[in-house]
Amino acid sequence: MNPEKVVFGFFIVLALTLNFGFFVGEIDNPEHHHVWELFVVVLVNLVATVLKFGDRTHMGALLLATSLVAMLQLIGAALIWTIAVHATEAGMTPAVMASIVSLSGGAMIANVVSVVLLVIETFTLRR
Amino acid sequence: MDNVVYLIMRRMRTPLLVLIGTYAVAMAGMVVIPAQDAAGHPVPTSFFHAFYFVSYMSTTIGFGELPNAFTDAQRIWVSFSVFATVAVWLYAIGTLITLLQDTTFQRAILESRFRRRVRRLREPFYLVCGYGQTGTALVRSLTDRHQRAVAIDIDPQRVNLLKLDNLREYVPSLCADARQPSSLEDAGLRHPLCKGVVALTNVNETNLKIAIAAKLLHPEITVICRADSHEVEANMASFGTDHIYDPFDTFALDMAIAIQSPCLALLSKWLAGYEDQSLDAPIFPPAEGRWVLCGFGRFGKAMYRHLREQGLDLTVIEALPHKTGIPKEGVVHGRGTEAVTLEQAGIGDAVGLVAGTDSDADNLSIIMTALALNRTLFVVARQNHRYNKLLFERVGAQVVMMPSNIIADRIRVRLGTPLLGDLMALARDREDEWACELVSRVVALVDEYAPHVWEIRIDEIEAPALCALDRRGISVSVEQLTRDPRDRDRVLPLIVLLRMDDEERELLPAPDVRVRSGDRLLLCGRADASRTLTWTLRNLNVLDYVLTGNAAPGGLVWRWLARRRARGV
Repeated sequence: MNPEKVVFGFFIVLALTLNFGFFVGEIDNPEHHHVWELFVVVLVNLVATVLKFGDRTHMGALLLATSLVAMLQLIGAALIWTIAVHATEAGMTPAVMASIVSLSGGAMIANVVSVVLLVIETFTLRR
Repeated sequence: MDNVVYLIMRRMRTPLLVLIGTYAVAMAGMVVIPAQDAAGHPVPTSFFHAFYFVSYMSTTIGFGELPNAFTDAQRIWVSFSVFATVAVWLYAIGTLITLLQDTTFQRAILESRFRRRVRRLREPFYLVCGYGQTGTALVRSLTDRHQRAVAIDIDPQRVNLLKLDNLREYVPSLCADARQPSSLEDAGLRHPLCKGVVALTNVNETNLKIAIAAKLLHPEITVICRADSHEVEANMASFGTDHIYDPFDTFALDMAIAIQSPCLALLSKWLAGYEDQSLDAPIFPPAEGRWVLCGFGRFGKAMYRHLREQGLDLTVIEALPHKTGIPKEGVVHGRGTEAVTLEQAGIGDAVGLVAGTDSDADNLSIIMTALALNRTLFVVARQNHRYNKLLFERVGAQVVMMPSNIIADRIRVRLGTPLLGDLMALARDREDEWACELVSRVVALVDEYAPHVWEIRIDEIEAPALCALDRRGISVSVEQLTRDPRDRDRVLPLIVLLRMDDEERELLPAPDVRVRSGDRLLLCGRADASRTLTWTLRNLNVLDYVLTGNAAPGGLVWRWLARRRARGV
């Protein structure tokens, strides 16, 4: 057992589950999507991304890439949230919420890909 | 990408993680603590404001309190956060700087961490001394089979490379001098789970010292050594070193077998090969005629002895015969790189050539010159350095011998499938036709890739179902075991190569031979057949189906239903 793989597996699965938690609910209802959840998702994803730094293998590079994609979308979502609430007159509208949630949905797919890659790597371990 | 980049990224991982964590805690605190505006109304702090404030807090302390003046509760939190975030920044930058500086302190930390990791190993492991070409190959094949290893090497660069190699299992490694018993102890020589010590450094004396230390400090464990000279070999053997491998001798013996029985040589190569490699083609070295041997060093002498035993004529070319010794039929003086010397040795009517000097450039030159003089030669080349692989592939030699690979392969097989050694020893007594027949059976089984070779010990752990039947007195034959548990009319794509118990070793056991608990089996075949067979050996219902054809229900409810039906309700 490789402790590094355990820690990374933990964080990537945690990122996926938290992301799902933020994502579920009516897409344009701000009541269903909590800002704390988005904060924790961004945090856990950041940790998962940094954990893949310096992994030279093909699989490691792919996992870093998917984590970066998820990061990109989540930071986009956080930015939209911030701009909508603090820099526009209208504030949080259902349309803005919908785009935030759909961005986090995209990030979730990237996280699903990460987890699938992880599972494939586990299955290809030679006995 | 460059190794340095990876090392820096790896080293910066922890500081970055700490940085992210600290920022997250500081931000979360800011959001949680209630704030108020100038008029005293409560205002929630958003994540955006928290992020904004924390970002400039640690880098430009004293910028002000935004967007509203803070409450005292916020100020208490900020005073803690300031110190935490500043400290984390210093840590992150400090780590980058120490990376570029002297590493004496880090060395001490590394050593203690290494000791701790070795101490904490809870599975059997091998201690590999020397992480050169041989060590790398060995550690990789061990970890691929989920066996643990600990590596030490005197060259820090190699240890760093190990950390970057993506191995299946975590391999603790340390840059240390294996000649010092204390470093061997740090690496787990006295650890109760240390199964063996493998000494693979390129210095004979170091290997000898490792063997001595291992036998004195932990007498029960297996000691495997590489030795390039007969004196060192004899010395190692004298105090009970378990396996000593001399690459030159091993290879020369393989050549002798290839001349004597090509099929057996091919079989041994396939069974010891890597699974994902395609099957090697057979080689047919000429069994009679005259060979020209260039270089009479350690390799040349080993080849000379084994080829001589095969009854071949030999002509030796050597540049420094007064240093290496002279064979009894004399020697042609020279290096063999010039046409004159080769012609003097009679290359024109020779059947084989061995380019065995310790210089790769000389060997390549010898082969090219000799092939220009006689195109029909069978060429055996000695390759000393891995980076010359491409050149040796091109030069037109039928067999390329590389010392480090030979040793790594031998030790890998010895540790992974020890019965293969017994198989080869028994097979050597058979006729070559026997080996040829087995070769064609193996080919029919696996098509183009090397077969999966594995061992099974019939005991409670690896074959509980079979042991349970054995206790009840029901016997299982080899033929029954190899039936497919999905459809018992079909046979699994595998061959039982060897059955061994305390008394006898049985080569290719007949279909009706009984397999009992306590037996050890060596099998080869397709990898999926090995998984299916494991299923049969472990699951009583599956084994029962394979033996009798009944598919007995496994679950409680189903068994109860089956009993009811049997009673005729």
